[in-house]
Amino acid sequence: MLLEVEDIETYIGQFHILQGVSFQAQKGEVTVLLGRNGAGKTTTLRSIIGLSPVAKGTIRFKGEPIHRLPTYQVVRKGIGYVPEDQGIFGDLTVEENMKVAMQKKDAETMERLEWILNLFPDLKKFWRKKGGHLSGGQKQMLAIARAYVNKNDLLLIDEPSKGLSPIMVEKLMESIVEMKKMTTVILVEQNYLMASQVGDRFYIIDDGKTVESGLMKELRENEQLRQKYLGIA
Amino acid sequence: MELLINLSINGLATGLLLFLLASGLSLIFGLMDVLNFSHGALFAWGAYAGVWAYSVTGSFVAGIAAALIAGVVLGFLLERFIIQPVYGNHIRQILITLGMMLVLNELLKVVWGPDQKSAATPSYLSGSWLLGDVTLIKYRLFIIVVGLIVFVLLYYLLNHTRMGLIVRAGVINKEMVQALGINIHRVFMGVFILGSALAALAGALFAPYSGVIYAELGMEFAILAFIVVVIGGMGNIVGSLMAALLVGLTGAYLAYFVPELSLAANMLLMAVILLWKPSGLFGVKR
Repeated sequence: MLLEVEDIETYIGQFHILQGVSFQAQKGEVTVLLGRNGAGKTTTLRSIIGLSPVAKGTIRFKGEPIHRLPTYQVVRKGIGYVPEDQGIFGDLTVEENMKVAMQKKDAETMERLEWILNLFPDLKKFWRKKGGHLSGGQKQMLAIARAYVNKNDLLLIDEPSKGLSPIMVEKLMESIVEMKKMTTVILVEQNYLMASQVGDRFYIIDDGKTVESGLMKELRENEQLRQKYLGIA
Repeated sequence: MELLINLSINGLATGLLLFLLASGLSLIFGLMDVLNFSHGALFAWGAYAGVWAYSVTGSFVAGIAAALIAGVVLGFLLERFIIQPVYGNHIRQILITLGMMLVLNELLKVVWGPDQKSAATPSYLSGSWLLGDVTLIKYRLFIIVVGLIVFVLLYYLLNHTRMGLIVRAGVINKEMVQALGINIHRVFMGVFILGSALAALAGALFAPYSGVIYAELGMEFAILAFIVVVIGGMGNIVGSLMAALLVGLTGAYLAYFVPELSLAANMLLMAVILLWKPSGLFGVKR
């Protein structure tokens, strides 16, 4: 088991956002967190990475507890994070954004850089363009590339399809399938169609708790469940 | 013409001193979101440490080195023990850094006495050159040169090193910098110490320029430095330079032609620029 989240509770200010979220991510799989707006999916990712510290519960990565570590140490254990708003440094060029992200300059990192730039040729094309001047889809690619470039065993990707055109979503989906060969992914997604095509396993979060889980294909076959928690038939 | 050139050189020298003070303030605010009102005290400490070490050793370079050391040590202590506990809380930052300003000023008097001190200019930087009808005062040119060198170094650091990129990225989005595996608190400390050292350097350079130093001079300069930071845009080093030169030159011309207006003019300049560009001339939109 690569990541084990056990019964975590997280407060944001005085709001009790997560009230018992548990799930596991298996190596080499894409685990999808589904749920309505405001259910706590984003907070779950932020809790894993340490940006919204947990009040209760445990998070283990490769068997080691990480829920008390500062964000930068969690990341250095091998977790890459793509936030919902992509977190692009708009005043820095694509190249500079990548440089900030690259923790090492060794041959392996350069290889990963090469690989991800081949997957997203737009980034190569706009290498010297400022991050703030990229399109929504290109920003998403840059955010994913930044998270991928270090030797990370796990990528947390928060709603990559948000605000993108269907063609762009298609492209991103393909790239996530490609990346799955190299790394494990936890994907938060509102776009059920996208999630169902790339995901291996799902967890549904509702009102700050995990309420359902299973294999993605089970969800594809269970209309009732989709209706109940995701509001889609 | 001669008058204008001399006023301009005065303005540029003051402007570059202001730049040294304001660049640290601007980076500290832009990156760490910390309003550091004790920054001016470091200017005064730099001036005193410089004058003291110069008088003891007879070497002006030793004076500059002493000021830099004072800036680094005080910067470290301030960040570690005063600023770190109040990250994210502006009211507390304002209260505690204003308090530290007063404490550091009083400590200066404890160490070096309450009286004004006179500051000498080293012989190789005293006097002037005659260029046609224009008298060029060596020490002022020296300040301009040092200020420009520091600007070029800072510019290089911020734009061509990974550390600098991290600082610029941190000004835009601190959370994301941490989420990329960077210990932002260590970056904060580095920037704070660098800013403090630059403030102290400015103080050490200022001492022979004005000829006398006193404990409160930091406060006076800090007000101008804050105006510079606001005009130039928080966290932008080019903005700090442009604004510092603008404030320096405006001050120099007005002090000669309309002396009554000189401080009010800076405030007016700030108001006009903020009405025109609320994030400052070169401010980063966050």
